[in-house]
Amino acid sequence: MKVLVAVKRVIDYNVKIRVKPDNSDVDLTNVKMAMNPFCEIAVEEAVRLKEKGVATEVVVATVGPKAAQEQLRTALALGADRAVHVETDERVESLGAAKALAKVVEEEQPGLVILGKQAIDTDNNQTGQMLAALCGLPQGTFASEVLIEGDKAQVTREVDGGLQTVSLTLPAIVTTDLRLNEPRYAKLPDIMKAKKKPMDVKTPADLGIEVASKVKLVKVESPAERQGGVKVGSVDELVDKLKNEAKVL
Amino acid sequence: MSILVLAEHHDGALVGATAHAVAAAKQIAEAGGGDIDVLVAGENVGAIAEAAAQLDGVSRVRVADHAVYAHQLAEPLGALLAKLADDYSHLLAVGSTTGKNVLPRVAALKDVAQLSEIIAVESADTFKRPIYAGNAIATVQSDDALKVITVRATAFDAVADSGSAAIEAVDPSFTSAADNAQSTFVGEELAQSDRPELGAAKVVVSGGRGMGNGENFTLLDGIADKLGAAIGASRAAVDAGFVPNDMQVGQTGKIVAPELYIAVGISGAIQHLAGMKDSKVIVAINKDEEAPIFQVADYGLVGDLFDVLPELEQKL
Ligand SMILES: Cc1cc2nc3c(=O)[nH]c(=O)nc-3n(C[C@H](O)[C@H](O)[C@H](O)COP(=O)(O)OP(=O)(O)OC[C@H]3O[C@@H](n4cnc5c(N)ncnc54)[C@H](O)[C@@H]3O)c2cc1C
Ligand SMILES: Nc1ncnc2c1ncn2[C@@H]1O[C@H](COP(=O)(O)O)[C@@H](O)[C@H]1O
Repeated sequence: MKVLVAVKRVIDYNVKIRVKPDNSDVDLTNVKMAMNPFCEIAVEEAVRLKEKGVATEVVVATVGPKAAQEQLRTALALGADRAVHVETDERVESLGAAKALAKVVEEEQPGLVILGKQAIDTDNNQTGQMLAALCGLPQGTFASEVLIEGDKAQVTREVDGGLQTVSLTLPAIVTTDLRLNEPRYAKLPDIMKAKKKPMDVKTPADLGIEVASKVKLVKVESPAERQGGVKVGSVDELVDKLKNEAKVL
Repeated sequence: MSILVLAEHHDGALVGATAHAVAAAKQIAEAGGGDIDVLVAGENVGAIAEAAAQLDGVSRVRVADHAVYAHQLAEPLGALLAKLADDYSHLLAVGSTTGKNVLPRVAALKDVAQLSEIIAVESADTFKRPIYAGNAIATVQSDDALKVITVRATAFDAVADSGSAAIEAVDPSFTSAADNAQSTFVGEELAQSDRPELGAAKVVVSGGRGMGNGENFTLLDGIADKLGAAIGASRAAVDAGFVPNDMQVGQTGKIVAPELYIAVGISGAIQHLAGMKDSKVIVAINKDEEAPIFQVADYGLVGDLFDVLPELEQKL
């Protein structure tokens, strides 16, 4: 079975973002970029399926600027076999990404597609669900466990009330939650080897689609800053303040 | 122009967050005119439909009562919503795991964008939503004929229970559109708790890695009992296996905005703050006086939680 993994290049999760002075967007100049943490989990899951002999090949894909090839190389170093880059400088959001990935699915015919549940830049949490709809496939979102048995995937999902398990006919779409696995680090020899792994580059036009987001970004602002308050010296003082000052008790 | 709101329900009862999503729908209706319908999809949902009919501002409750919707799986529910969507300009759902699971699917079926977790309605086509873990607020405008939107419940005050909408079954032929051979429900493990629901609680007490282990979370119980609070956790506490995942507060967990949030043994990573910094009053208890949580706390108490918690429980 071939497994396709979608990865997105995003701001490193440790970086504190700045809004541009003209409020047009977030300022990403000279900011450290990385693979979206949920995508690292997706890559790890696919590589583990290969190590278990369930997957025969792991293909990793991204939709984005030339620089996103860094994240594809990272995925290759982590164990993916080859990469597909749909190159564009447009502002791509979930629907555009899903449309491009649907074309890749059409070409590659994977048995399983794994995406992150959410990109930590837009916080959209949409692409996997959209891809499932576009390909007419079942979806197992927010997965904390994935078991492949024959032509089915049993997916345990993290839902608001606890856990839900569904059984999906393959091919299927899965999106990862944080507890699905703990991603490994790439080793230096693997990073060297990854440089020679195949990378197929195409444009949205080659695929016959448009990926630019139609949602207009009117303005981006910093949120209202929360003012830090006071330190209290004792539990008595805390209870007193909560009762008499904040009046929440 | 009219608006369809997907009712959120659980265990045979309407979930309170639905009333918050209807509040967002009311603001859209006021900005552009139009009626608000609520869709209740599930199995044996009569009582839920009755409750939804009381939500102020709703003119019609549409009911799809069929076994295929029993577990709100995205495949059949998405197909139903995509059928119904042609009658509407806006489709809204709560930004819950159910709403997040199904709405993007509907949006893609209709070839339109989806707007996630709006926190404000600027006009019928322009909304505000948090991005980058809430460290920026985007104003976004959609020209799509159908706007598919999830609503951050904590950002809208619930509508009252003063309405009396008509209740109608949806065309039964629509349910056949929702045949679903691709995915089946296997089972669920739902957290049992007598405490209020995390997203709706007036007080939330959360523990982090500093709690040390799962047993120590019982130190929060007495305090939560006295305050009628829900208990939450940081991701580190969940990851370490102290408590189950449904307790996680944050960017990728639950969003809470109670009157009072007490963070115990939580450092205050941006991903955690994203889930609680809109709380009215924040208390932090941490032994490290440099912990970033103190930068957002109204009242900070530097101390060892193993000393502070028993004393706090006693003095409340
Ligand atoms: C993609 C992604 C998504 C994430 N999403 C979330 C999310 O939704 N929610 C979330 O919470 N995190 C999330 N995180 C994780 C986040 O970055 C932090 O790692 C996490 O919030 C830290 O949890 P913590 O504060 O409990 O642990 P730590 O950062 O380890 O802090 C523990 C604190 O306890 C204090 N302490 C220890 N012992 C005591 C004691 N005896 N008495 C008093 N204080 C004590 C310490 O001083 C310290 O400040 C996410 C991370 C990533 C990469
Ligand atoms: N431009 C993109 N290229 C490749 N994968 C993407 C892209 N955007 C989103 N994804 C995938 O979809 C997941 C969820 O993103 P989103 O739905 O946009 O929050 C990510 O973790 C990726 O796996």
